[in-house]
Amino acid sequence: MAGPKYPGFDTLALHAGQSPDPATGARAVPIYQTTSYVFRDAAHAASLFNMERAGHVYSRISNPTVAVLEERMAALEGGVGAIATASGQAALHLAVSTLMDAGSHIVASSALYGGSHNLLGYTLKRFGIETTFVSPRNPGDFRKAIKANTRLLFGETLGNPGLDVLDIPAVSKIAHEAGLPLLVDATFTTPWLMKPFELGADLLYHSATKFLGGHGIAIGGVLVDSGRFDWEKSGKFAQLTAPYAGFHNMDFEEESGTRAFLLRARREGLRDFGACMAPMTAFQILQGIETLHLRMPRHVESTRKIVGYLAGHAAVQSVMYPELEGHPDHKIAKQLLPRGCGAVFSFDIKGGREAGRKFIESLRVFSHLANVGDAKSLVIHPATTTHYRMSDDDLKKAGIGPGTVRLSVGLEDPEDLVADLERALKAAK
Amino acid sequence: MNLQVAGKSTFAYTAAHEVDGAKRTIVFMHGAGLDHSGWGLQSRYFGYHGFNVLALDLPAHGRSEGPALASIGDMADWVKKVLDEKKIKSATFVGHSMGSLVALEFAARYPEAAEKIALIGTAYPMKVGEAFLDAARRNDQAAYDMETIWGHAAQVPLAGNPNPGMWMYGDTLARLARLAPGVLHNDLNACNTYAGGMAAAAKVKCPVLFILGARDAMTPPRAAQDLIEAIVHSKTVTVAFSGHLLMAEAPDATLDALIGFVA
Repeated sequence: MAGPKYPGFDTLALHAGQSPDPATGARAVPIYQTTSYVFRDAAHAASLFNMERAGHVYSRISNPTVAVLEERMAALEGGVGAIATASGQAALHLAVSTLMDAGSHIVASSALYGGSHNLLGYTLKRFGIETTFVSPRNPGDFRKAIKANTRLLFGETLGNPGLDVLDIPAVSKIAHEAGLPLLVDATFTTPWLMKPFELGADLLYHSATKFLGGHGIAIGGVLVDSGRFDWEKSGKFAQLTAPYAGFHNMDFEEESGTRAFLLRARREGLRDFGACMAPMTAFQILQGIETLHLRMPRHVESTRKIVGYLAGHAAVQSVMYPELEGHPDHKIAKQLLPRGCGAVFSFDIKGGREAGRKFIESLRVFSHLANVGDAKSLVIHPATTTHYRMSDDDLKKAGIGPGTVRLSVGLEDPEDLVADLERALKAAK
Repeated sequence: MNLQVAGKSTFAYTAAHEVDGAKRTIVFMHGAGLDHSGWGLQSRYFGYHGFNVLALDLPAHGRSEGPALASIGDMADWVKKVLDEKKIKSATFVGHSMGSLVALEFAARYPEAAEKIALIGTAYPMKVGEAFLDAARRNDQAAYDMETIWGHAAQVPLAGNPNPGMWMYGDTLARLARLAPGVLHNDLNACNTYAGGMAAAAKVKCPVLFILGARDAMTPPRAAQDLIEAIVHSKTVTVAFSGHLLMAEAPDATLDALIGFVA
């Protein structure tokens, strides 16, 4: 007998988290542009504040439009729930601040977005949270770096900008053997290319600004919990398993089991740090998610054409894309990313920094800016922009050279993109 | 709260309150494969409104030590031991699905200890399909999928969760993933083989409330009809849009029905 079926990805992308508005019948997700919500009476107000009834109190904590995005992303990722944040960086900070205090330690991949590297390597250090960076290409290094006060392992599903493929099954196994969760930044892969929870990750986040939105009009992040990590069994997370004076002596794990992490993240993290998402932003990102399953295949298809073109070009020194046999992560990419390795990749132009500058300034269709994952094609020179603050040594560890150029391939006619690259490569000679 | 019951470590959620002999007590009992956290909103409400609350993790569920109890009768007797351990003479019992059968059987076996019983998402007989049982016997993921999909109304995976930002399917799957092998099958088998429902119904004299989900695919309201007719003094609340997991799908309607019944 065939068992019952879950709704498919495409259906969830369009519907999860929202039924037609009960007040008006509106089919599209309404933008609840309100800060707060009228209580039915004093008893209702008290019940909402004490978490005896579900509902909204104040839009920094939750909002009906934002909740649709959160539930939709939880459904697409296979998590228990999600929290939308002001940016991807806010999502990372929310995860870290929920799980640890001063004196804690993180083991992170060295191949990270520059902003994440900065947060972990410098900013959090000021608040007593230290990070050891290790190569994502050697999972054993994660194990070696774990200390008694380590509370989190962290990496990007596809490292920025060298597209290092994190071996999530191996790293999550190391994390779980040490009683620790694995958090991944899944921005470059989206749930259409990879489901990190199915591979062993416990928590993930996206910069929703990128492929989820896809339109380049809204900054946002979303943090998703698999609900699979057993905080009580780990014994390392008093933040979730002991009464907390900052929230009515609540023991979050005892209170809600699988929902413990998100409960504290929302009720403390959003309440106190306040990096919430605006309802208009949630609406805009939802418009993008509704076509994610249509856009991602096209992104990948065009990227493959351009990678093939650049890999055979005399002016190009090397192309870093895991689908190429020469990429160090080719084998693991085939295993973990059968649908493709995304639409962001880097290549090194011959002639170094000056050739890179001429190349970027000669492009007409690709836009030179600090973003990726847009429907429009984008280009940037990491050494002078996104990774500007990193030392030469750290740049090298992250796989970035002086002539490295990062492309984010959009949805234009691929022939026009190739022609644009051809023109710029010629100009850079 | 952790306590020892029959020599085993047992957990009961108390909404961060100590048991107070001067207060009335409500005991919450979860369904197959689940745990106390499914009662989050409802148990918390009563804990902060003048009641002792014991939202139990049955043996081998949630934070309670195993092994699982094989029959509804064994579970009812075990609940009595919990009450004895806490020196509680009588209580109101709120049970969901398998837990509703435990409440019914408890009220029949220990009438002096049952002030009222609320049976949520219930049916009698509570027959479980062979395919479901077989998948659970093999600890196959298909069993957890069946529990998740049949355990919610059809609109749930696509509709908004009353609890902002949460996905009900994901939560149920995550809870089931924490179960030890064999526990879900144990529970389903206990429901499937429970044969004392009508005899118990005939013995129950305390007030009884049925809370049923109109869109329940696991225990549709018609499957509770024999019990409802057998307990002539019972009352029934049917929640229009809810499936089997009423506490999550319709938390306010479930709580309101319980407040009206318990008060």
